[in-house]
Amino acid sequence: MGKKFEFLAKSLFFACALTSVFSLFLIILYIFSNGVPAIFKIGVFKFLFGTVWEPDIMEFGILPFIVTTIISTIVAFFIGSRIGKWCAIYLSFFCPRKSYKIIKTIVELLSGVPSIIYGFFGLVIVTPFIRENFGGPGKSLLAVIIILSVMILPTIINLSETAIKAVPKSYYEGALALGCNKTEAVFNVVVPAARSGINSAYILGIGRAVGETTAVILVAGNNPNMPTSLLSPVKTLTTGIGMEMSYAADLAREALFSIGVILFIIIIFLNISLIFINRKED
Amino acid sequence: MRNFKQCLNYFKVYFGIVFTLICFFSIIGYIFIKGAKSLTPEFLFSLNASEGASLVPMFATTIIVVILTLLISVPIGIGSAIYLNEYARPNSIYVKIIRIAIETLSGIPSIIYGLFGFLFFVLKLGWDWSIISGVFTLSIMILPIIISSSEEALKTVPEGYREGSFALGAGKFETIIRVVLPSAISGILASVILSVGRIVGEVAALTLTAGTLVGFPSSLFESSSTLAVYMYTIVLQGMEMEKAYATGIVLMLVVLLLNIIANCIASKLKRD
Repeated sequence: MGKKFEFLAKSLFFACALTSVFSLFLIILYIFSNGVPAIFKIGVFKFLFGTVWEPDIMEFGILPFIVTTIISTIVAFFIGSRIGKWCAIYLSFFCPRKSYKIIKTIVELLSGVPSIIYGFFGLVIVTPFIRENFGGPGKSLLAVIIILSVMILPTIINLSETAIKAVPKSYYEGALALGCNKTEAVFNVVVPAARSGINSAYILGIGRAVGETTAVILVAGNNPNMPTSLLSPVKTLTTGIGMEMSYAADLAREALFSIGVILFIIIIFLNISLIFINRKED
Repeated sequence: MRNFKQCLNYFKVYFGIVFTLICFFSIIGYIFIKGAKSLTPEFLFSLNASEGASLVPMFATTIIVVILTLLISVPIGIGSAIYLNEYARPNSIYVKIIRIAIETLSGIPSIIYGLFGFLFFVLKLGWDWSIISGVFTLSIMILPIIISSSEEALKTVPEGYREGSFALGAGKFETIIRVVLPSAISGILASVILSVGRIVGEVAALTLTAGTLVGFPSSLFESSSTLAVYMYTIVLQGMEMEKAYATGIVLMLVVLLLNIIANCIASKLKRD
């Protein structure tokens, strides 16, 4: 085993590590080179702020998709992040030791449930429920919000729990010694100390909600118009791509790649904020 | 006031956990109860070749896709982790770039992977909608998961093992292959099994790259549906919902099984 051999081995591992960089480069290259020209062909302003999506008459405005994605993500995040955080607090401070293992396993299972199952459940339970109780077609913005809130739960629970558990025990004990009761110590001392970890859990949750396709397609109703109420059927950025890819041609297909570009930019933006949060933590 | 706040906070945490448990049990319970009667042995195991008569072709495709995807991404993933943990200086510019790339890849949603796979493998390389296009797309998709969990596993190997091996005269490569990897292997294995769950459940990336044709694939360059893609197709068409329930049960059982195996490996790891 000479020096030459060691060098060869090192180069091989280095090549493996470069695969990710190379793949990312290819992904960016292909999505952007196929999506950006169409944005200019349609017109940047018309594409981003047009409210009509009608490929047959060459109208490609994605504002309704953007608005729907933003509304559904924000509301789902508002619901899911709170419930997820409370759940993580329960698991780290209030859960009896005997049932911890079972509940933890359930949360882990929940994060492994494929999105097609969530979507199917939404389709057969949530949408009929909305149709019968609130009216409208059932497949709606509200259904999307409900499904997304549940889907981001496991991500937020698992990561927030890790963050909360990483807070030194002495913080909790110190708060108790100063006369706090249990909930005060947990909610006012430990959780704020875990804030940056919880924030990165939130961002990963938002990323999951923005990028979710399969489950949303089944419950959204796929109507490309601007949502007028919680009950109107909608289309998000991801479902626009997922639904029309199979039959779109020419400029209509290129416009779908352009939607991919917008989605990609949103995700990159989220990633950058994640990196900043993590750096602050260090 | 203090009492009220305390009550409210107790209410919050119990509400959180009860809500999560209800979600879990209603999803699982509903699908199992409604689907149990359509889960006939015929639908599960019949070799009847007519379209959608049984799940056997979808099983076959799923297994092929999982094995091929792992064959590509596990070696590359472990190799990357070895480079990052054993060779690289933590602050070198290469490592920074590689880490940023991995983090970015792990945040990209599957539909974007699907779009890329469609543009690159299906159109550019001319592989058409085929199993092989799907496999390569999924390999890139799960690569960041494999890398980060393998790295975690490598980090748990005590420094003393490496030093001991060096002291005995082993080279760096030999130390990694004979000492470091064997002690990290179960941690790596547990995470690989969980990423199998991701492959089995993936739909968005596969419909754009492997297509939605149903049936036994006769070659890797043909379109074919995995279990999840098949379920998606029939749910979207809205007919034969009983088949969707049955497929849903099978998918859930697979995920359950994978979780149990991963947990067993992880707890064995803790015992050792």
